[in-house]
Amino acid sequence: MGGGGLGPPGPAEPMSKLDRRGDRAPIPSAWEYAPAPESREIVALEERYGSFVNGEFVEPRSGEYYTTIDPAREEPLAEIAQSGPEDVALAVDVARAAFENGWSSRPASERSKYLFRIARLLQERSREFAVLESLNGGKPIRESRDVDLPLAAAHFFYYAGWADKLEYAFPNRRPRPLGVAGQIIPWNFPLLMLAWKIAPALAAGNTVVLKPAETTPLTALLFCDLLRQADLPPGVVNIITGDGRTGAALVKHPGVDKIAFTGSTEVGKAIKRELAGTRKSLTLELGGKAANVIFDDAALDQAVEGIVNGIYFNQGHVCCAGSRLLVQESIYEPVIEKLKRRLTTLRIGDPLDKNTDVGAINSRQQLDKITELVDSGKEEGAEIYQPPCRLPERGYWFAPTVFTNVAQSYRIAQEEIFGPVLSVLTFRTPDEAVEKANNTPYGLSAGVWTEKGSRILWMAERLRAGVVWANTYNRFDPASPFGGFKESGFGREGGRHGLEPYLGFDGAEASGG
Amino acid sequence: MAQAPALPAGFELPLEPRLPRIGSVDQVAVEERAATLAKRSIKREAKVFALELAIRMTDLTTLEGADTRGKVAALSSKAIRPDPSDPNIPSVAAVCVYPNLVETAVERLRGTTVRVASVATAFPSGQSALDIKVAETRDVVELGADEVDMVIDRGAFLAGRYAKVYDEIVRVKEACGEAHLKVILETGELGTYDNVRRASLLAIAAGADFVKTSTGKIPSAATLPVTLVMLEAVRDVYEETGRRVGVKAAGGIRTAKQAVQYLVLLHETLGAEWLTPDLFRLGASSLLNDILMQLRKEKTGRYQSPDYFTLD
Amino acid sequence: MTRLPVKKTYKLFIGGEFPRSESGRTYLAEDQNVARASRKDVRDAVRAARQAQPKWGGMTAYNRGQVLYRVAEMIEARRDEFADLSTGAEEVERAIDRFVWYAGWADKLAQVVGSSNPVSGPYFNFTVPEPTGVVGILAPAEPPLAGLVSRLAPPLVGGNAVVAVASEAHPLAAIELAEALATSDVPGGVVNILTGHRAELAPVLAGHMDVNALDVTGEDGDVAELERLAAENVKRVVRGNRDGQSAWEAAAFLELKTVWHPIGV
Repeated sequence: MGGGGLGPPGPAEPMSKLDRRGDRAPIPSAWEYAPAPESREIVALEERYGSFVNGEFVEPRSGEYYTTIDPAREEPLAEIAQSGPEDVALAVDVARAAFENGWSSRPASERSKYLFRIARLLQERSREFAVLESLNGGKPIRESRDVDLPLAAAHFFYYAGWADKLEYAFPNRRPRPLGVAGQIIPWNFPLLMLAWKIAPALAAGNTVVLKPAETTPLTALLFCDLLRQADLPPGVVNIITGDGRTGAALVKHPGVDKIAFTGSTEVGKAIKRELAGTRKSLTLELGGKAANVIFDDAALDQAVEGIVNGIYFNQGHVCCAGSRLLVQESIYEPVIEKLKRRLTTLRIGDPLDKNTDVGAINSRQQLDKITELVDSGKEEGAEIYQPPCRLPERGYWFAPTVFTNVAQSYRIAQEEIFGPVLSVLTFRTPDEAVEKANNTPYGLSAGVWTEKGSRILWMAERLRAGVVWANTYNRFDPASPFGGFKESGFGREGGRHGLEPYLGFDGAEASGG
Repeated sequence: MAQAPALPAGFELPLEPRLPRIGSVDQVAVEERAATLAKRSIKREAKVFALELAIRMTDLTTLEGADTRGKVAALSSKAIRPDPSDPNIPSVAAVCVYPNLVETAVERLRGTTVRVASVATAFPSGQSALDIKVAETRDVVELGADEVDMVIDRGAFLAGRYAKVYDEIVRVKEACGEAHLKVILETGELGTYDNVRRASLLAIAAGADFVKTSTGKIPSAATLPVTLVMLEAVRDVYEETGRRVGVKAAGGIRTAKQAVQYLVLLHETLGAEWLTPDLFRLGASSLLNDILMQLRKEKTGRYQSPDYFTLD
Repeated sequence: MTRLPVKKTYKLFIGGEFPRSESGRTYLAEDQNVARASRKDVRDAVRAARQAQPKWGGMTAYNRGQVLYRVAEMIEARRDEFADLSTGAEEVERAIDRFVWYAGWADKLAQVVGSSNPVSGPYFNFTVPEPTGVVGILAPAEPPLAGLVSRLAPPLVGGNAVVAVASEAHPLAAIELAEALATSDVPGGVVNILTGHRAELAPVLAGHMDVNALDVTGEDGDVAELERLAAENVKRVVRGNRDGQSAWEAAAFLELKTVWHPIGV
C-alpha cells in the first residue's frame, strides 16, 4: 500500500488526552513464562531391557548391554540389549514360525481387529508414550504429544482398515504376504517410524522383526507391553535392540523376505549393495535436502511460519526438512527480516517443558556433525545468524541457525545437516527456482509458497520430489503416500501405495529395488 | 500525531480497484499458528502477571438498549475497584458506553485513572449518513469522552467502495480532536482474513489510533486468528513507518484463559514493549470476574465460586 | 422372592433423543408396545438429519472411521441383549464385524472411488466423492439387526445422515441399536430410527423433497410406487445387499465431483 496514508516515520507519541490520567504502570522489558514441565511420573522404566521375542523379553545371547540416555540432561535411563547375530537369528526364526503357523492364514478381519486394538491402546496410553519419547529422544513434549502420538495411532487405525480389503486395493492381482519383514528405523521419530513400518506389514499379513535406532529404543520397548495388552499372538512382532551391527545382521539373514530401512543415504546404499543378487524385497527411505520455494505473491507471514516449521520442527531432524530456502529475490529482504525476528520467539530448552519449541539434539555424534557442517558454512563464506538464546549447560543443544549469502556449491547447501540449520538462496524466475530446487542428488520433498493456484500445480509437476507441500510444510497423514525420488530412496509409506512393498502379486516379484 | 488530509467528496482513491489484491492471508496457516500459540502453558507468576495486565487492559463495557444511569454508575464503581476485598487489584483501562450515558460515566470516573470510551457513528450498524456520524462524534467528545469507538461502513467495504470507508474514518478522526479513535472493523461480517488485513491497513492509513475487531452485537466476534491477522498488519505498519497502532479484541472473550491467550498472541507477535493498555485492549464485561476468580485461585489454591465476587 | 423388573418403553430415535411418536400411538410387536411413527415423525427425523449432516460430512474421514469403530465397541458391550433380540450371537457378531469393516473404509473410499484424471491439455483434473446428503432407508424385515446394520453403515461411512424405518415385525433390535448409537460418539441427528407400519411410513420418506437417496433393499415386493414418488426430486434409488458388505455399497451413496485447474506459471 503506497502513499503517506500509513503515517510518516517518527517516534511513538503518547496520546495527549491520556497524559492527564491513565495507566502509569511501567511497560515490562520481558514477559518470562514460568517453567511448565510435563510430569515424568507416568513413565515407569526398568533398569535393564532384553529384546522382545516370541511375546516375551529375553536376554541377549551376546550378554552385552549398552546404556541409553536422556540427551537433554546426559543422564542414563536404562540398559539396553546389544543383540548379536545369534539373537537376530532367534528373532527371525520365531517370526518365520509365527508366519507359517497361522498369522497369514488367520482371517484377515482378525488381523484388522488386532491392529484396531493396537491403535486404541496407543490412544489410551498416549501421554505415557509421549513423555517417554521426549525423554529418550529430545523432542519437545508438545510435538510428541500433539504430532507423533496421534499420527502413530492413526497409522495403525488406517492400516487396520486395509487388512481385510486388500482385493480392493489391488484388484485382480491376488496379493499375498511376503513372509518375514526385517525393519530398521531411525531416531528422529522413533515411535512414529515404528508405526509406519509395523502397521502396513501386519495388515498385509507379514510378521516382523524390527530394530529401533540405537539411541531411541525405549518407546519401542514400551510398545511391547502394549502388544501384550492387545493379546497379539507371540512372534508376530519381535523387537530386537542394538546398534548398526544388529541392523547389518538382520539385513544379511537369509530368513528375512523383505527389508525396510529408513535412515541415512550412506547406509541405504550399503544395504542395497548387500542385497544385490538376493531375492529379498527392499524399500528405502533415505535423506533429503529439500527446497522450500517462496514466491513474491506468497502470503508472507504464513510463509515465514512455514519456513520455520520446515526446518526447526523436531530440531531439523527430519529427512524431509525444508533445509534450503529458495526465496524470490524481489521479496528477499522482507522475508529474511521477518524470519530473523520470528527466530527470536523460538523457545529452546527442556523437552519436557510444554512451552518448548525446539528441543535437544539427539546425540553427541549428531551434534558434532551439525557443528562441523556449520563451521564449514562459515569457512566457505556464508553469513550466519543465530538468535540470542540461553542454552542449558548439560545436554546436547544447537541454536536455530540461518545462513545467508549461500552458494549452491557450499557444503551447507549440498549435504544433509539434519539439524536446525537453514541455508538461504535466491532465484528470479519460476524456471530458475525449479532448476535450483532439482539440482541435488536427493529428491524427497519440496515446498512451494504462492497464492497462485496454477503456479502451484506447475511447480508440483516439475519438482523432482516424492512429496510436494504447497502453502504448508511437514504435513503427514497415514492416507498420504510418502517417499522419495533419486537418492532419497524408493517405495512409499502411507496410503494404499504403502501396502505394496509388503505384498507379493500373482506371478510377479514383489515391488522394490 | 500523523494525520492524513481529508479527501474532497467524490474522490476515488487510486488504490481502490487494486485493494482486493493486497495482502493475502492463508486461512489454514493463520488458524494453526493461533492454535499453537494458544497452547502456551502460562503458570504461576507468569499467569498472575498476565491476569493483572489483562485487567489493566480491559474496557469494561455495557452497550444495551436498557442501560440507565444507575447501571453505568455501578459499572463505573466496578471499573475503579474491581475487587473491593483486594486493593492490589488495579483499575481497568476504560468504561465503554453508548453516547447517552457518557455524562454519567464522566461524572463517576472523574479524578480516576479509568478513561471514558463512547461508541459513535450509528453503532453498531454504521448505516447512517456521514454528517450524522460526525455530529455524534463531536457530541460525545464534547461531553467528555476520552476515546471514541467508531464502526466502519461494512456495506461500503464489501461493495468495494473503499474511498468512502476511508473518507469516513478521516472525518471522524477530525471530529475526535484530542480523543483517541478506535476503528471497529466488525471482522465477523468481513468474510475472509484477507479482508480483515485490508480493512486494518485502510483504517490505519485513515488515521486510526486503534483497530478493533467487533461490536459484540453479532454472534461472530473476536477470535485468536482474526486478532493475529490484525496484529500482523499493525506489525507491518510499525516495521515500515515506526508508527504504533493499537489493537482491541472485543466480543466473546469471557474467560481468563482466553484473555491470557490473547496476551500470548500479542507478546509473541509484537514483543514485550507492546504489553500496555496504550497499545492493546480487551473489550468485555463478564471477563473481569473470571479473571478475579483466577487470581484468587492462584493466591489461595482453591477453585472459586462466582458468589464471592460482586457483580458491580 | 423373584424381583419385579422395570420394563423398558420403546421409543423413536430422532435428533439424538428418544421421543414418543407425536401421534401418541403404539403398535404391538414382539409382545411389546412399540412407538408407531407418523408422517410428522418422518418430517422431524428428516429435519434432524439435514441439520446434522453438514457436521458429519465435514468431519475428517479418519474421525468418522473412529466413530464407527466406537459404535462397534458399544454393540460388542451389549452382545447379550442384542442376541436376545435377534436370531442369536452369530448374527450379532456379524453385525459388529460389519461396523468394524466399514469403519476401516472411511479414510480409504476416496482412494478407491476417486481419481486424478489425465486429461488432454495443461489442466490438473481430479474426481472426489462427496456424501449425497440425507438418505432414507427401508430396513430389511430380517435379519433384524444385521439387516439394518448392513444398510446403515454404507451411507454413514461416506458422511451421509440417515433416516431409517426399522423392520416392522422385529423392531426391538433397531431400538437397542439406537441406544448403542446414542452412547457412541455419533452426533445427534446423524442416525434417526423410526419404528411403525412400513406401509404408512415408506411413501412419506420416498416422497420427501429433502431426502437425497432412498434405499429400498428392505422392500421385498413391488417398489414401483415408491420409485414414482422418489422421482419427484430425482432421488437416487438404491437396491443393495441385505446382509453383505462391499465398498460399492458405500459408493452408491456418494456423488462424484470433478475439478479442473490450469497448470501454468
